Amino acid sequence: MAEALMKYDEAIANFDPVLGLEVHVELGTNTKMFCGCSTVFGAEPNTQVCPVCLGLPGALPALNRIGVESAIRIGLALNCEIATWCRFARKNYFYPDMPKNFQTSQYDEPIAFEGYLDVDIDTDEGPKTFRVPIERAHMEEDTGKNLHMGGATGRIHGADYSLVDYNRAGIPLIEIVTKPVEGTGKYAPEVAKAYVSALREILRGLGVSDVKMEQGSLRCDVNLSLRETPESKLGTRSETKNVNSLRSVERAVRYEVMRHAARLTAGERIVQETRHWHEDTGISTSGRSKEDAEDYRYFPEPDLMPIAPSREWVEELRANLPENPAVRRTRLTAAWNISDLEMQNLMNAGVLELVEAAVSAGMNPDAARKWYTGELARVANERGVEVEELGVTHVELSRIEALISEGALNDKLARQVLDGLIAGEGDVDSIVAGRGLAVVSDDGPLIEAIDAALAADPAVVETIKSGKLAAAGSVVGAVMKATRGQADAARVRELLFERLGVSE
Amino acid sequence: MSDLIRMNASDLVEAMNAGQVSSVEITQAHLDRIAAVDGDVHAFLHVNSKGALDAAAAVDAQRADGQSLSALAGVPLGLKDILASKGLPTTCGSKMLEGWIPPYDATVVTKLRDAGIPILGKTNMDEFAMGSSTEHSAYGPTHNPWDLERIPGGSGGGSSACLAAFEAPLAIGSDTGGSIRQPAAVTGTVGVKPTYGGVSRYGVVALASSLDQVGPCARNVLDTALLHSVIAGHDPRDSTSINKPVPDVVGAARRGDVKGMKIGVVRELSGEGFQAGVQTRFDETVTLLEGLGAEVIEVSCPNFPHALAAYYLILPSECSSNLAKFDGIRFGLRVGDDGSKSVEQVMSETRAAGFGPEVIRRIMLGTYALSAGYYDAYYGQAQKIRTLIAQDFDKAFAQVDVLISPTAPTTAFKIGEKMADPVSMYLNDVATIPVNLAGLPGMSLPIGLATEDNLPVGLQIMAPAMADDRLYNVGAAIERELLSKWGGPIWAQAPELAGA
Ligand SMILES: [Zn+2]
Repeated sequence: MAEALMKYDEAIANFDPVLGLEVHVELGTNTKMFCGCSTVFGAEPNTQVCPVCLGLPGALPALNRIGVESAIRIGLALNCEIATWCRFARKNYFYPDMPKNFQTSQYDEPIAFEGYLDVDIDTDEGPKTFRVPIERAHMEEDTGKNLHMGGATGRIHGADYSLVDYNRAGIPLIEIVTKPVEGTGKYAPEVAKAYVSALREILRGLGVSDVKMEQGSLRCDVNLSLRETPESKLGTRSETKNVNSLRSVERAVRYEVMRHAARLTAGERIVQETRHWHEDTGISTSGRSKEDAEDYRYFPEPDLMPIAPSREWVEELRANLPENPAVRRTRLTAAWNISDLEMQNLMNAGVLELVEAAVSAGMNPDAARKWYTGELARVANERGVEVEELGVTHVELSRIEALISEGALNDKLARQVLDGLIAGEGDVDSIVAGRGLAVVSDDGPLIEAIDAALAADPAVVETIKSGKLAAAGSVVGAVMKATRGQADAARVRELLFERLGVSE
Repeated sequence: MSDLIRMNASDLVEAMNAGQVSSVEITQAHLDRIAAVDGDVHAFLHVNSKGALDAAAAVDAQRADGQSLSALAGVPLGLKDILASKGLPTTCGSKMLEGWIPPYDATVVTKLRDAGIPILGKTNMDEFAMGSSTEHSAYGPTHNPWDLERIPGGSGGGSSACLAAFEAPLAIGSDTGGSIRQPAAVTGTVGVKPTYGGVSRYGVVALASSLDQVGPCARNVLDTALLHSVIAGHDPRDSTSINKPVPDVVGAARRGDVKGMKIGVVRELSGEGFQAGVQTRFDETVTLLEGLGAEVIEVSCPNFPHALAAYYLILPSECSSNLAKFDGIRFGLRVGDDGSKSVEQVMSETRAAGFGPEVIRRIMLGTYALSAGYYDAYYGQAQKIRTLIAQDFDKAFAQVDVLISPTAPTTAFKIGEKMADPVSMYLNDVATIPVNLAGLPGMSLPIGLATEDNLPVGLQIMAPAMADDRLYNVGAAIERELLSKWGGPIWAQAPELAGA
C-alpha cells in the first residue's frame, strides 16, 4: 500500500527537514562482549555460544576490555568526550532472540558523548563541509537472529515456525547517535549519506569493524521529521530501520521527506513509529507504533562493575589514533596531484584505501586510480559487491601494467586478464598463457590480415593514398576484429602505411 | 566409628588420614541417614548417591596414593539447589526448571569437586530463594529437625535442615537477605554470608545480583571456616568478585580470642518484635563476651529501620530482570506450545504456570518499581537508603571491631503460620538484611534454646568488608564457652528423629 508522496522539490520548498541517524556498528573483536565465544561471521547456527551468551541460569558477564578500548577510540575519533565513570544498564524487554530478555547496554551514562563529524557534500555552490553533531556513542551487545521458516517472504507473517541463531548474541556493538541534524535544507539526503560514508571510513581506518553494511556489521536507522520553518519546533519523527546501504540512506531520507510532506500538507498528522525500509521497492512501510512506547525499565547492570577509564589510558589511545580521513584525503590529493573531484570519485567508489595500498607498494598513482575507479568499480557495481571483495590485489594489477608497457597486453586484453583474476583462474601470467591473450607481435599474420582487409575493400586503398589517413581506421578495425583483439593497433597502422607507401 | 554422621568435618578428615575410616564409608553413612529420615525432613530435592560415592572412592584412592588433598577432601556435602551443577538437576525449587540439567558447573561447584568433596545431593529451598521458611518450594516444604511441624528457615532451609538432621556434615547456602543465617539460627547450626564478592556467584542462579552471596554452612565454627576457605577467592568469570587474598578464616576459627576486642550491640536490632527468649539468650551472650575480656558497647545505626523497605524494592527490581530469562524458549518448562500460539503467548503461559505466587508477587513489585515515572521514587530512593545503611556501618566500625544482634527475631515458627501474611514473613529478615545491603560478611551461630519453646536461638556477628576472619574469631570464642557450659554441642539437646 503505497503512501502519498509529494515531489521532493515541492516538499523542500514548504518544509525544513531535520535528520537523526542511529548507527549500530559490530566491533571486530575476536570474542564477544561478555564471554569468550568467537565472533566470526557465517558459522553454523548456535555453534558459537556458551552459558553466558545463551543466558543460561547462573551465568554472568565478564567485560571484554578490547570492546571498551574500541568504544573509546571511536569516541575520540568522533571528537567526543570520554566518560570518567560510566556503567552498563539493563534494557528490559521480551524477545526470543535476546537470551536474557534484557539487553546489556548503556543508558544515561554512555562511554562517549558530545562529539561531531564533519562531512563534505557537493552543493549548487560547490563543495561544502557540514558538521553533524553527535550526541553519544555507547556500548551494548547484539541480539541473536530469528529465522522465520516456511513463509514466502522470510518475515514473521506467514511463517510456519521460527528458529533462533544465537551466534550473534553478545557480539559487541557500538551505537552512535547524532543529535538532531538541522540546517541541511534540501541536502538532507546527501548529508545523511555523506555522514554514514564518513563514519564508515573512520571506523575502517580505526580497524575496529569491517563495517560491511550488507552483512549487518554496520546498520543504520534514519530518523526524520519536518517542520514548517527552521524556527518552528521539531516535528514528529519517524524512525526508518534496516537502511543497509549508502544508497538507501539517501533514498530513505528523500522518501520520508516526500511522505511526511504529503501527509502534513493533507492535514494528517505524522505517527511516531518505526518503519521498515524495503531495499527492493525503495519505500518504507509502517512498523511498530511508538506512541504507546515500550517501557524498558532501565537500571544499572549489577553484574558488571562501573567503567572508569583512566585519563592516561584515554590520552594514550588518543595519541595513537590513525590520521583523520579528511586530513589524509587532503594529503593524498596533493601527493598524487589529482583534483578534488578525482579524490571524490575514489571516495565514492570506496577504493581510496586500495589505491593507497597499491601506490605505497610502488604502483603508479594514475594507473592504480584507473583500475580501481574504472574496470574494477564497474564489475563490482555490476555484481553488487565492494571492489575489495573482487579479490584483485595490487600485485596483480602491477603485473598487468607491466605487461601493457612491454606491449605484451593491450587494454582490451588486460580486461580479459582481469575477468580471469576475478574468476579465480590463477595469477596474471597463467591467465595470459591459459587464455592465449598475448598481443600478436609477429608482423607476418598482421600483414596477412591487412592484405585481406584491403582486398575486401579495394576503394579504401585509393582514399588513403589520396591523403585521407582517417580512412585507415576502418582497416585497422577489420584487422583487430580478425585477430580477435590480440593485435597492437598502433603496429597495424604502421604496417598499413608502410604497405601503401604512405607516410603519416 | 559408629557415629560418623554426628562427627565434625574436621574430625572426619583426621579419621580418614589415620586410616580409621574411608570417604566411601562416611558418604554411605550419610546416604543411609538421608534414606532413613529425609522422608520426614525433606531437606533434599535430589539425592546424588552414585555421584557422591564415585567422588568418595576417587578421594579414597588419592589418599591411599599419598596425594596431597584439600582440608575437607572426602567429607560429603549438601548443595543448595540454586547452584548450577553439571549433570545434576538444578531446579531452584521451581517448576520452571523441573528436569533442567545444567551443562556447566558453578565456580563454587568446580571448587568443591576439585577439593574432593562428594556432593550428596541438591537441597530444598524457597522457589528462586524467595522466602524465609522453604514453604515456597514448588516441591513441598522442608521440616525443621528440632520440630517437624516447624519451618527450617529459608530460603536455604534444605541446607540448614540437612545439617541439623545429620544428613550431611557440610552444606552450601546462598544469602540474599538472610537465607544462610536465618535458617542456621532456627536449626541450631552455623552459617556464614561472606563479604560480597568474596565467593564467586558464577553459576549461582541470580535472585538479586547486588545482594546474593554464596556461603558455607556446618554444625560448628571451624568446619564452616574450612568450607569457607575451599569456596572463597577471586573468579574472573564474576566481575563483582574481589581480587584480594581470602581472609584467614581457618586461623581465626582456631584462635577464638576476643580479649581486648570492641564489640557493638546494634540498638535498632532489638526490642519490639524480638521474642523474649531470643532476647534473653542474646543478653547472656553479651555477658559471656564481657567475661572473655571484650568491651561491649551499644551503637546506633539509625537507618536500619528503613533497610527492609529498601530491600523489598531493590530485590524485586533486580529479580524481575534476572528472572526474565525463564521464558520457555531455551531451557526448562514450556507451556502452551501447540503450534497455534504466538511466541509471546507461549512465554506468557509458561511464566504463569512455572512461577509460584511469591515469585510472581516479587516480579510484579519489581516491574512496577522500575517503571518509567516510578524509578526515582522507588528504586532510586532505595539505593539512597542503601548508601545510608553502608554509612551507618562505616560509623559503627570506626568504633567497634564487630557488631552483634540476634539473627532472627523469633525461633522457628509453625509451617503454614505466616503463609497468608507476606509482610510478617518478610519481617523475619529484619536483622539479617542490613549486611546484604552493605555487602558485608555476617555469621549466625547457636547460642542456646529459647526457654518458652526449647528451640534454637542464633547470634548474628557482622564485620567490615573482607574482615570475614573476625566473624570466625568471635564465633569460635563464644562456641568454646558454650560447649563447656552445655557439656556438648547444642544438637545433643535436640529430639531424636523417628526412623533413625
Ligand atoms: Zn558465549
